[in-house]
Amino acid sequence: MGGADLAIQTEALKKKYGDKEALAGLDLEVPRGVVYGLLGPNGAGKTTAVRILSTLLKYDEGTARVAGYDVATQSAQVRYSIGLLGQHAAVDEDLSGRQNLVMFGRLYHIGKRNAQARADELLERFGLTEAAGKPAKQYSGGMRRRLDLAASLILAPSVLFLDEPTTGLDPRGRNDVWESVRGLIAEGRTVLLTTQYLEEADQLADRIALIDNGRVVESGTPDQLKNKIGGDRIDVVLRRAHDLERATHTIGTLLRSEPETDADNRRISVVVDNRVAALTAVARELDDAGIEAEDIALRRPTLDEVFLNLTGNGAATSAEQSLKEVAQS
Amino acid sequence: MTAIIAPELPRNPLAKLGWVLADSWTLTLRGLSHWARNPTQILAGLAFPILMVLLFGGIFGSGMQVEGGGDYMDFLMPGMFVMSMAFGIGETMAGVTADASKGVTDRFRSMPMSAASVVIGQSIVNMLYSTVVLMILMGCGVIAGWSWNDGFMQALGAFALLLLLRFALLWVGIYLGLIIKTPEAASAVYTLLFPLGIVANTFASPEMMPGWLAAIAEWNPLSSTAHATRELFGNPGVGGTSWIAEHAMLMSFVWPLAIFAVFFPLAVRKYRALSR
Repeated sequence: MGGADLAIQTEALKKKYGDKEALAGLDLEVPRGVVYGLLGPNGAGKTTAVRILSTLLKYDEGTARVAGYDVATQSAQVRYSIGLLGQHAAVDEDLSGRQNLVMFGRLYHIGKRNAQARADELLERFGLTEAAGKPAKQYSGGMRRRLDLAASLILAPSVLFLDEPTTGLDPRGRNDVWESVRGLIAEGRTVLLTTQYLEEADQLADRIALIDNGRVVESGTPDQLKNKIGGDRIDVVLRRAHDLERATHTIGTLLRSEPETDADNRRISVVVDNRVAALTAVARELDDAGIEAEDIALRRPTLDEVFLNLTGNGAATSAEQSLKEVAQS
Repeated sequence: MTAIIAPELPRNPLAKLGWVLADSWTLTLRGLSHWARNPTQILAGLAFPILMVLLFGGIFGSGMQVEGGGDYMDFLMPGMFVMSMAFGIGETMAGVTADASKGVTDRFRSMPMSAASVVIGQSIVNMLYSTVVLMILMGCGVIAGWSWNDGFMQALGAFALLLLLRFALLWVGIYLGLIIKTPEAASAVYTLLFPLGIVANTFASPEMMPGWLAAIAEWNPLSSTAHATRELFGNPGVGGTSWIAEHAMLMSFVWPLAIFAVFFPLAVRKYRALSR
C-alpha cells in the first residue's frame, strides 16, 4: 500500500520515558477512511502513540506521518488535519456548550462569524441545542463527551484520534459515544481509536492492531484475528456439575484435543476444525454417554481469547487485569 | 453544513504576531466569561482580605501598635493589598491546574494556535482580576478609614508597584501549576501561602518580632513592596534600621524583577517539557 493512501503511518517509532521504553518500534499503517482500533492493556503504549501522532509529545526515533504530513517537521499542518479526544472531556466546564465551541472555533482561526455558525451546527448535530446555554459542568458525562467530540470536529478534520473515549462512562454514556463514532464512520473520516475494551474494538473497528510493550503484536480485521487462533469453537454447558470431568474426557478423546473448562459455569470450550461435523459428533457422543447438556453452541473466538493467545504470558496477566477492570466497570 | 476552510498558516513574523494577539484576545474573553458566569468567584477572592481587615482592624486594632506611632488601619491596609497580590498565586495555579487536569491544555496544544497566547491570555486575565480586586479593596479601606496622604500620583505609583509584584508572582503560579498538575494539590499549596503572607510586615512591624523571625519577615519580598507602598501612600510604620528596610523602595523593584528572572524561564521550560 502506497504512503499516499495512508492516513497514519509510523515506522519503527520509539519513545522512552527515562529508562522505561513506552514505544519499542511501533509500525502502523492506517488506510484512509477506516476505524482503526489500537487494543492493548494499560501501559501498552496506546496513549503514548496517540500523543505523539497528535503532536503533543516528541518521539525519539523512527518516522510518523499523519494525513500526509510529517509529525515532527509539519506539526502545524498536522494540527489542522486532526481532532483529538483525550481521556477526559477537554472542555471548559465553566463556559456553556456554545461558548466552548465558539472559543475553540476562534482558536482555529476560522473567524468569529464562522465559529458561531459552526458551533450552532455542531450543537444541533450532537443533540445539545437545548443545553447550549448551560455551563458544561451541568452536563451529564455522555453530553460532555459529545461536546468534546463536537469541539474536535470544528474543522471537519480528516483524522480523528479517540483515546479511550468511553473510559469512566456509564453504559448509557458509552452507547452515546458509540453512536456518535458510528456517525463519523459514515462520513468517511479516519478514526484511530485506542481502547482496552475488547468489546469496543470489536463493535467499532474495521481493523485492529493488538499492541503490547510498545509494539504491534498482531493486526488485521477482527475476523482475521479471530481466525488466527484456530477458527471456531464449540461451547458445551452441562446440566449437572458432576458430569464436568467425564464430559471433558469424552470430548477430548473424541476430538483429540484439550478442552478448556470453566467449572463455575459448567462450561467446556473446545477448538474445532470441521464445524458442523464436530458439532453433531459432540452432541451424539454426550448423548450416548448419558451426559445431559443444557446448551451446545458453535461460535467464533472472542477477541479476549485472541488477545490472551497472541500476547503470551506476561501480557496475558495485564490483559486479564484489564478484563477484570472491564468486568467491574 | 458550513464549508469550513482552514486558514493559511502564517508565514511572516507579522502574521504570526497577528495570531498571537488574536488567540490571546480569545483567551482573555474566555477569562472574562468566567467572571460573568461566576461572579461569586471574585467575591470569594475578596472575602479573605476583607475578613482580615475587619478582624485585625476592627477587633484587634485597638490593641495593635504601629512602630513609630500612627493609626493601625492606615498601617494595615497596604499590608492587605500586598497580601491579596500574593494570594493571586493561588488564583493562577488554580487556572493552570484546572486546564491541565481536564485535558484543555492538551486540546490547546493539539490545535494550530499560538502556544504563547495560552500564557499571555492567562496573564492578562489574572492581571485584570488583581486590578479589580485591588480597587475594590482600596474602596473598602477608604470606607474603613484608610486613606492615602501624599497625593494621587504617589498613590498611583504604589498601585503600580503592587501590580508589578503580582506580575512577578504570576510566573511563580504558572510554574507551580505546571508542576503540581491537579487542583487538589493546588489547594494544598495554597495553604502554604499563608505563612508567606503573614511572616512579613503585613500585620505587624518586624521590629516587634523576635530577632530571627524579624529577619525572615524583613527579607520577605512582600515586606519590601508593603514598605514601599506605605511610603508612597503616606501611611505610618515605615521605620526599621536594617539595610533591607532602608532600601525598601529599591527592593520593591529588585525583588519582583528577580522573581520574574527566575520563574519566567522555569515556567517556559516546564511548558516545553510537556512534550518530552
